[in-house]
Amino acid sequence: MKFLRMRPGYGEQLIAEGDVEVARDEERLVDEFRRQLEQGMWAAVPVTGDSGRREAEMVRAFEEIPRTTDRVIFFPRAAGGAC
Amino acid sequence: MTVALCATAIVVLALLWEVSMPWLDRKLEIRRANRASRRDGRDVLPGYDPGRERRAEQRARELLKSCVNEEEWAMYRDLGFVRVWGGESGETGEDVLSRDLRGVPYAYLIYPHRPVVAYLPQTGRLLNEYCVEFPDETRPYGSTRLPDSDDVLAKWMALKGDERRLISEANMHLPGRQVDPKMLQRDIWRLGRWERERLERARRAPAQPPRAAGSADPTS
Repeated sequence: MKFLRMRPGYGEQLIAEGDVEVARDEERLVDEFRRQLEQGMWAAVPVTGDSGRREAEMVRAFEEIPRTTDRVIFFPRAAGGAC
Repeated sequence: MTVALCATAIVVLALLWEVSMPWLDRKLEIRRANRASRRDGRDVLPGYDPGRERRAEQRARELLKSCVNEEEWAMYRDLGFVRVWGGESGETGEDVLSRDLRGVPYAYLIYPHRPVVAYLPQTGRLLNEYCVEFPDETRPYGSTRLPDSDDVLAKWMALKGDERRLISEANMHLPGRQVDPKMLQRDIWRLGRWERERLERARRAPAQPPRAAGSADPTS
């Protein structure tokens, strides 16, 4: 599983990677997930539905991430702006 | 007469001196501070690098392409915006925007770094503008702005994943405040035409006879 973070001037950045079936990796991913949320990030998981349509799920806790997903994308939380 | 003029000039100069001294002091102070910060390496904002921004946008486009549906990617590539249907992420298709819609299908137009626009695809009626940003306060290169395609993907994921949450965070305005309604109507029309052409191409595609092996392609 890869954790990607959108950043100005970069595009996405790989911030963590690991196998959730390996306890040590999972622990590291959990810590990183919490750290990103504490920094004010939102987390989303790209998913493909039964019909083959691509969708996204917002996740608020590590336990909500589907075990089979290969990537979680972090991006800054939304704020009402002046656009 | 000359003495009076000289006296007046001296008084004027003295007054000007009094007035301009604080201004000059401030300017000198700022210049000294800037020089000191440059010397200490505190002048940290890197310059704008168009190459870096282009590379970032290229990476963001690849990520967007890998996440959205093929049709949505083609829409963004060809038209510069993405349409997302509303009411898909709520419980049993509940209306996030308004109960007044009573189940009428609505959709959003997502533009990079512009408000999300809600509208009724059946009639083309514009509903609202939702002004929302994703500012990265860590400012890795001095800016909080994500690349264009990342901004579109963030809106897409947030609308798909939790429409209500995104809409509640946004500043809502009537149509026309930020985005020109004429441009929106034109884009809705372009989208309709684009979809018709795409359908037509898809309809015609299977009917094409298989090309003989080794035959020359007239379009190449």
